[in-house]
Amino acid sequence: MNIIVNGKQKEIAPATILISLVRELELDPEAIVAEHNGRIVRRDEYDSLALAENDILELIRFVGGG
Amino acid sequence: MLTIAGHAFRSRLLLGTGKFSSAGILKQAIEASGCEMITVALRRVDLDDPADDIMGVLDRKKYIFLPNTSGARDAAEAVRLARLARAAGAGEWLKLEVTPDPRTLLPDPVETLYAAEELVKEGFKVLPYINADPILALKLQDAGVAAVMPLGAPIGTNLGLQTRLQVEIIIEQARVPVVVDAGLGAPSHAAEAMEIGADAVLVNTAISVAGDPVRMARAFARAVIAGREAFEAGLGPRSKQAEASSPLTGLDFLKE
Repeated sequence: MNIIVNGKQKEIAPATILISLVRELELDPEAIVAEHNGRIVRRDEYDSLALAENDILELIRFVGGG
Repeated sequence: MLTIAGHAFRSRLLLGTGKFSSAGILKQAIEASGCEMITVALRRVDLDDPADDIMGVLDRKKYIFLPNTSGARDAAEAVRLARLARAAGAGEWLKLEVTPDPRTLLPDPVETLYAAEELVKEGFKVLPYINADPILALKLQDAGVAAVMPLGAPIGTNLGLQTRLQVEIIIEQARVPVVVDAGLGAPSHAAEAMEIGADAVLVNTAISVAGDPVRMARAFARAVIAGREAFEAGLGPRSKQAEASSPLTGLDFLKE
């Protein structure tokens, strides 16, 4: 199935759990914050949130800034 | 000592972390600056280059992260970024920044006030970046912000304290700390802001793009200390008329 991650189409296995996708993308779950269909995902939801077709996911992190 | 939202700071220099050439230089510059609070921005992870993580070198236990809402064009976007920053573990601190015009990066006063009201309600310690507008500063203070951050000059310009007169009025009226943010391009600019009674300054570009950012961070740290000490000591009055420093008496022997 397809979802949109950070503005780009991505094909993932059906019902992929968020934490699996984060690991697949080689990201440190502690270093990012996820927004799922416009809603901020709490840290304790990463292990249970199942992604669905056409979901929109934003993976955000801190960068240098003034 | 500087206190913002109940937190005591030994250093009156806040450092921005943008535009450093490497994470290593950034880390050294922060250490040389002696600052305790650093600003950070929130951006999408670059999925093509996820390893590009400048924040990895920064110890979150050692420094207070002051996430900004840079890139927000209105109050709604700023609030969204603020909530993301809190969810990302930055605590309640927030540099509120609403800059709809990418050419000037000047802050939108109306949207900034709207966003500040909402974020204060949500429990954030809001430090709004504003134009040097004394009326707006008072309104934000009434809205419950933790500090106000008037600009010295537009972001990244290094033009110094172009807004001196208005910043002086803001300082005179403020019941919250005044942090001069943006445009300070040299240690002398930072010292000037501190001499007129600013509680702190926030510097980024002047340090990150300097020939030697680590030494420049140290230079700013010293200037901030010197400027604060001068303010506390009380500057002498200005005069257009010369006033001799040496006694005018006791020169009779020259004429005899």
